[in-house]
Amino acid sequence: MAALRQIAFYGKGGIGKSTTSQNTLAALVELGQKILIVGCDPKADSTRLILNSKAQGTVLDLAATKGSVEDLELGDVLKTGYGGIKCVESGGPEPGVGCAGRGVITSINFLEENGAYDDVDYVSYDVLGDVVCGGFAMPIRENKAQEIYIVMSGEMMALYAANNIARGILKYASAGSVRLGGLICNERQTDRELDLAEALAAKLNSKLIHFVPRDNIVQHAELRKMTVIQYAPRSKQAAEYRWLAEKIHSNSGKGTIPTPITMEELEDMLLDFGIMKSDEQMLEELLAKEVQATS
Amino acid sequence: MSLDYENDGDFNSRLIDEVLSQYPDKTAKRRKKHLGVAKGREAAEQGSDALCETGVKSNIKSIPGVMTVRGCAYAGSKGVVWGPIKDMVHISHGPVGCGHYSWSQRRNYYVGLTGVDAFVTMQFTSDFQEKDIVFGGDKKLEKLIDEVEQLFPLNNGVSLQSECPIGLIGDDIEAVARKKAKEHDKTIVPVRCEGFRGVSQSLGHHIANDAIRDWVFDKKETDFEPSSFDVNVIGDYNIGGDAWASRILLEDMGLRVVGNWSGDATLAEVERAPKATLNLIHCYRSMNYIARHMEEKYGIPWMEYNFFGPSQIEASLRNIAAFFGPETQDKAEALITRYQPLVQSVTEKYRPRLDGKTVMLYVGGLRPRHVITAYEDLGMEIVGTGYEFGHGDDYERTGHYVKKGTLIYDDVTGYELENFIEAIRPDLVGSGIKEKYPVQKMGIPFRQMHSWDYSGPYHGYDGFAIFARDMDLAINNPVWGLYDPPWKETHCSDAGGVCSCGRDDE
Repeated sequence: MAALRQIAFYGKGGIGKSTTSQNTLAALVELGQKILIVGCDPKADSTRLILNSKAQGTVLDLAATKGSVEDLELGDVLKTGYGGIKCVESGGPEPGVGCAGRGVITSINFLEENGAYDDVDYVSYDVLGDVVCGGFAMPIRENKAQEIYIVMSGEMMALYAANNIARGILKYASAGSVRLGGLICNERQTDRELDLAEALAAKLNSKLIHFVPRDNIVQHAELRKMTVIQYAPRSKQAAEYRWLAEKIHSNSGKGTIPTPITMEELEDMLLDFGIMKSDEQMLEELLAKEVQATS
Repeated sequence: MSLDYENDGDFNSRLIDEVLSQYPDKTAKRRKKHLGVAKGREAAEQGSDALCETGVKSNIKSIPGVMTVRGCAYAGSKGVVWGPIKDMVHISHGPVGCGHYSWSQRRNYYVGLTGVDAFVTMQFTSDFQEKDIVFGGDKKLEKLIDEVEQLFPLNNGVSLQSECPIGLIGDDIEAVARKKAKEHDKTIVPVRCEGFRGVSQSLGHHIANDAIRDWVFDKKETDFEPSSFDVNVIGDYNIGGDAWASRILLEDMGLRVVGNWSGDATLAEVERAPKATLNLIHCYRSMNYIARHMEEKYGIPWMEYNFFGPSQIEASLRNIAAFFGPETQDKAEALITRYQPLVQSVTEKYRPRLDGKTVMLYVGGLRPRHVITAYEDLGMEIVGTGYEFGHGDDYERTGHYVKKGTLIYDDVTGYELENFIEAIRPDLVGSGIKEKYPVQKMGIPFRQMHSWDYSGPYHGYDGFAIFARDMDLAINNPVWGLYDPPWKETHCSDAGGVCSCGRDDE
């Protein structure tokens, strides 16, 4: 058995992290890999497509019911889904209360201590939105995930988030072994999306691992609580995810230490690509409109 | 009875330099601002410029790595301001340790039946577990308040004392307080005194004062009938019965003490405070905030006073009486005269035993200056003093108490204090439990001046008698004559005064 590979998916909320990661991991199974998914999102929806249902009994919910995390057995929280993929959801509090970050730390410690990582080739962490606090940085700390994949798109806020996550990785990369595996662009059909994704990847001292085209079949599969790999294994989109899976599989040890850019640099880049308009441009357009309106 | 003496300012300046020289440059530079030598009363009275020279920098974050004895905001709120209010239940909200290790530590005496209508020496905590951090503790807090209501129905209110995690996980204790106050028709006060806030317990006092302002004042109708001789005693925590020894003096001159904050206090005393005629402040540091608020909002003037030792008691009684007019002044004079035999018998007995003895102090709140004259009344001299968590205004006030050349140290580190004591070798050190045993091991008598070393009261005329006795017990205890082992004593006398044992036997 090869050494355990730990990877994590980060990215702006709603970008399609969970969908992308589950499809990719389902494809990795076809490469003979044994996989564990650790969902680090209080919404507990990181394993829905693999389990074909919303996960029941998250680590933290069960721990709260039973009294403390020490009262839990691994079997209580470990579920097996499509292709023998093991799934655990960390869970967490309802929005607006408590400390979800501490929850992630608690769950990951529990999983490690109870041998959830034995007998798998891959551990994949699916982490919510931004690296808002130390808790959500847990998967990139203490030599856990070796490679981080940032899911992004050509939208401005997704680019901001990607850069921000790179800053989080940089903080821990200098002290530990975590690296930026690369960017995965989930097509949103914005202007010059591929160019922009590649440009940002270059700026971050990384690469665009894959550009996943938009396809409605993902939506169809998702409504059936399935990955595309399971729902339509011979579809074009399934082939895209297999391709991505192969790229990630062969990307072992090729991660880089990211070079996040400043807010100004990022905005300049967006200006260059015509995604964002400068104040002068906006003023000109406004004047033109006013002239039009008055004439 | 003021004593006339001066301390060796040059020696103390050199001592400061010597101690600082052991630090890394950056630390020495920062600590230098907290150490100084008093310029004396004349300088202090000349104006603010001179005061600055006397004073030292204060209320600044302690340097990591040094041994500081400061507390935290929670300690200031729960331990000092709120904790002594006897008919309320004070919940230490968060993990169990903060409540447990601060349990009944300040010896706040009270009258009442513990567990029935008084709760000061009981510990209530929400005992946070990991799941409370992750899922939030509001529900647990609600349940706890319900249980308190059920188990202790005679409580008159609840205060919620926040420990650090409450501020980190963003629990909405204000919402819980409002909801449960309505349900149980009780006063419930949320206090945001998370320990990480501020540089010492001092901010906790301020936060606790603000909580009284925001959650107690003007919230309930009180059927209290005010009189023109009503005073609140603010900042007497009744340690070892201090407030009782003070109260009899005020009542003796015809005043009515309608509130004692917060030693032996009830919630009702806090609620009716805005109806008093005058606020008398003892511990200025911990409660000046609420006195200033009452002055601004209700027009109640405030006055500082000092009930340590006969000189200060007399001056304070006369000051207070002057506020109320000739009739009260006559009563004050009669009162002072009546206590003269007591004062005389105490000084006659103890002054010969304590005369000329030197004292170093390191305490908090008001004591680093307030107790100075009490020692001087017994013929003792203060050679050094300092505050754990004082501010600039405390050091300004200290300038009027200390003699020229007195060593002043703010937020002193363990290293500094030990070296100061070792170099000066005073006849008595007055500080806390953490200092007690190291100092006694140096062969120097010690009294705890936070808890009165399980004695007290020290306030008032009655307190002065106990204070004098306790200092005598500490200093003239025969055990100090047995400090050197017999074989070394023999060696010393054999050597004819020239000795290598390091002890100067003058």
